[in-house]
This record gives sequence, structure tokens and C-alpha cells, in this order.
Amino acid sequence: MIFLEFEKPIQELYEELDKLKEIQEKGKADVTKSISELEQRIEKERKELYANLTGWQKVQVSRHMERPYTLYYIEQMCSDFVEIHGDRCFGDDKAIVGGFASLEGRTVMFIGHQKGINTKMRQYRNFGMANPEGYRKALRLMKMAEKFGKPIVTFIDTPGAFPGIEAEERGQAEAIARNIKEMFMLKVPVICVIVGEGASGGAIGIGVGDRVFMLENTWYSVISPESCSSILWRSWDYKEVAADALKLTAEEMLKNKLIDGIIPEPVGGAHSQPEVMAQTLKQQLLTSLAELDAMSAEKRIETRIDKFCAMGEFHEA
Amino acid sequence: MAWFKRSTAGVTTSTEEKLDVPDGLWFKCPSCKASLLSKDLKANKFVCTQCNYHCRIGSAEYFEIIFDEGQCEELDANLTSGDPLNFTDTKPYVDRLKATQAKTGLKDAIRTAKGLVEGEMLVVTCMDFDFIGGSMGSVMGEKIARAIDKAREMKCPVMVISKSGGARMMEAAFSLMQMAKTSAKLAQAGEEQIPYISLLTDPTTGGVTASFAMLGDFNLAEPNALIGFAGPRVIKETIKKDLPKGFQSAEFVLESGFVDLIVDRKELKSKLAQILRLLKN
Repeated sequence: MIFLEFEKPIQELYEELDKLKEIQEKGKADVTKSISELEQRIEKERKELYANLTGWQKVQVSRHMERPYTLYYIEQMCSDFVEIHGDRCFGDDKAIVGGFASLEGRTVMFIGHQKGINTKMRQYRNFGMANPEGYRKALRLMKMAEKFGKPIVTFIDTPGAFPGIEAEERGQAEAIARNIKEMFMLKVPVICVIVGEGASGGAIGIGVGDRVFMLENTWYSVISPESCSSILWRSWDYKEVAADALKLTAEEMLKNKLIDGIIPEPVGGAHSQPEVMAQTLKQQLLTSLAELDAMSAEKRIETRIDKFCAMGEFHEA
Repeated sequence: MAWFKRSTAGVTTSTEEKLDVPDGLWFKCPSCKASLLSKDLKANKFVCTQCNYHCRIGSAEYFEIIFDEGQCEELDANLTSGDPLNFTDTKPYVDRLKATQAKTGLKDAIRTAKGLVEGEMLVVTCMDFDFIGGSMGSVMGEKIARAIDKAREMKCPVMVISKSGGARMMEAAFSLMQMAKTSAKLAQAGEEQIPYISLLTDPTTGGVTASFAMLGDFNLAEPNALIGFAGPRVIKETIKKDLPKGFQSAEFVLESGFVDLIVDRKELKSKLAQILRLLKN
């Protein structure tokens, strides 16, 4: 288990617990009662800690190295996953994955950012930062889903679209812009879930849907708190302040009506009980799909457009 | 008089003050350093007569250049920013807005107008870089959406002139969603065969490029304009290498295949009229 900085009190309790368990194993003394008391205390303290996370702490949880990613969720929730590679134009981006899978017997197109599970894989996945071909692959798969009348689910988890020379040459901006526009006109239901980091254009490039959800401990904004700090405060030291100012948590995003709902995470974050997280997520997807099935394609498109067009706050004298 | 005074900025000038259009009698070209008479510069559409450098200009100048006799009707002129997030960085967003409004005489970073271009009706919405770097907040999103709706209503083409660093951080996720909002409107206009012309000028980056600016039926660009998704500094920091010469210039983007044509500002109006006529007839 990897503990975050703010989880230090919990970490200390776990260390204590390990010591007690060692004593128990060696048969030196009977500490069963102490162990169970300590376990309860850990549970209680963790619950309290996670009930009051700051914006910056949630950003840290959303980036936790053990957090489940797109492929894990697909594997846990579905059967018969067929991954489809490539944009049929330039190449296969490893930071965005996708394909058909069977969700409770129903074929769904899953598309999502994919981060690596270890150092080597993180590099292979480019840390979840997609190039234009990733966005073009995503659109190709969405169009295919539309062709066969299958609903689309996207999982968003990116620190941003990749800012590189080749990405610019191949039209990073155009790829994202086209996706946003095309997603509005998709005739099939589209559900988007921020499962980790939702950074700016890289996120919204697969983020236009009939339902947009955020997992409880994720963030979604126009810029990361670190970059915001560096630009507005001209220093890297204001990331906590920036995280608060950006109002990037699921709770604040829902309050501002910029997302449609929050999916609760297990206490301690999605990574503490990934199977539980996958089940909760699956239930939400099934519920939402049933709701969206009840609407006509025209109605869904109209509602999707109206929802995003209502976003913004201004005065008119 | 200002015969000997530097009228333009050195490196220490803040971004807001980097307005290339001179107030004085003389103007020194930021690119070739030639001294030009301001009235000559204006007559040349704010393009340097010596080196063809395109000075950064605002909505007032573009409207003057594009519309017949400079005549147009401004639309949605009274929209101003809210402060949905109660945002404060080194100073409160509301104060920043007020100060910028006072300094520039503008309400926000974009203005919309309709008028005739060689007799053809056109709705144009144009950014002002002087207003917080032409950044896109709720007002910009709404004004672009309304400009597109106006064009749909009047069944005429719509044009967006971009000059922006991207999203306005002080409106955070609200500004991000303007990418979706404007693109949704363009999707609707597209279904109704409303022509959309995007003009990318120096600079056009970030969320503006990654939404409506790249979605034109015609993507036009001014010569040598900086056009990109990520800014050059961010890319340089990421890849830890120097960037090739001319990287992210309009010419580079044209070669990469994402800009349709580069239009010299002196020919902007006639080129626009040509496109409008071709689409109509």
C-alpha cells in the first residue's frame, strides 16, 4: 500500500497494526482484541480524513499510483472485450484505448485514457497524455459505435493532451476540436466519466456526453493546479491555493452545474477497494444507459447541446 | 513631441501594454525597427510598409478593415463577465476585470458586429488581445454562440477572428466548457449549411485553437501568426529541446495541413468577399 502525504496518521496506525500482527504470529501474546480495536480505529480515522479532503488532497488521490485505470474497469465490469487499435491514419496511440465489450450482455463501446501501472508502462502509455492520433482513434471508434447503434462510454484520466512538436505538427488542436464538435451529433447514448485527472482540452476531447460523471476523488478543470500556480502566481508554490481557487472537485463541479453527477468512491479512494469501485461504476452506467435508452436520438442530441450551451455566467445590462 | 521617444515596448513591457498600434505620429516596427508614419501604417492596414509585419490590432480596426465603409452594427455589446468561482489570484478577478475595462474601454475580450463585405452580409466576432490576453471566458463563449445563432437566423456566413492565449483561468471549468458550447453551435450551423470562416491571427493558442478556431469551413491565417495548441514555452519545457525555427507559425501550420490559406491583411477584405461570392453563387 502506498500512502499519500496527508495519510501519514493512517500510515502510522498501519505500522502499529503490522507490529501487533507480528506479535500475534510469533505467539508471544494474545493481541486479537488490540488488533480488532486498531482496525476499527483505522477505519474510523480514514473515514473522517476522507470526508474532509481539500481540493489539493483530492488531486493527489486522483493521481494515486495504484488507482484503477480504464482497462481495469473494462475487465472488471465486462466480458468479451475486443480492443481496437489505431486511427487508420497515422498510428496507434497508447494513451487512449478502446473497443467493444459486453456489459451485462449488452455491447458497449468503451474508450478511455490509459495510464501505466509501473514505470515502464507509464512511459509506454505516455503518462496518459494522448497525441492527435489518440483523439482520432477515439473518434473513429465512436463513429463505428454509432454505425452499429451501440452506446459509448468514455473514461477520462489525463494530465493533459501531449504538448510536443509532433503533436502540434499532426494537429493536436484540430483533433480535439473535431472530437468535441462530432460528439454533439452522435446518435447513440454517450456517457463520460472522469475516473482520475480531467485536465483541460485533453479531457474534453473525449468528454462531451449525455451524462458526465466524476468519481468522488477526481478533478476536472481548465488547467492543473501546478500550472495555474506557475502562470498566475509566477511560482510553483501556490498549487494548494490554486486547487481551491479553481473549484475543481466533483462536489464543486456539480454545484456549478458543469457535470451531471458524482459517483462515490470507497473510503480511502478508488484504489483502496478497486473491485468495489468497479461495481459502483457499473451500476451507475447501467442506470444511466436505461434512462438514455428511453429517449429518442434527436431528443438526446438536443438535450446534450442545450446542456453545454447553458454553461457560463455573465451579466447583460 | 515624441520624435525621440520609444513608442513601443522593450522586453520589460507587460503583455497588456504590447499594443502595436501607435498613438503618436511615428511608429517603430517591432520587427524591422523601421520608423513609419502612423497614418501610413493605418492606410496599410497596420502592416509594416517595409517588412510586411502584421501589427496586432483589435476588433475596432478589423471591423474598419472588413466592412464596407467601415459601417457595421455591433451586437450583444452589453455582455460582461460574472465571477462564478469568486476567483482570486494575486488580485481578485472582479478587480482585474474592472481595471482592464477602464484601461481598454472594452467590456470583454470579444466584440461582434454585422455588416456588408462588398455587399455581402457577414456576422463577424473578433477578439481583443488587450483584454486579459484575449482569454476565453463565459462572455466570449456566449458571444460566439450568439453570433453563430444570428448567422443561422439571417442565413448568412459567420466569421470568428481569433487572437487569444486560450482559456481564461479565472473562470476555470466554466471557460473550459465554452470550448464545448461554441463547438455545439458550430455543429448546428454546419447542419444548416451556414458557412463558417475562422481567421487565426497572432497569437491563437490553447482552448481557442482546440475548439472553434480550428473548425472553420475555411481556416484562414495571417502571415507569421503564432498558431498552436500548447504554447512554445510549455512544449520547450516538456521536451527539453529547442524548437525548430518557424515552429507554430501560420506557414508551418499550413504546411502541416491545418490552415487552408494565409491571407495578407491588405487583401483580407477582397479575399473574404471572393469566398462569400463563391459560396453564394
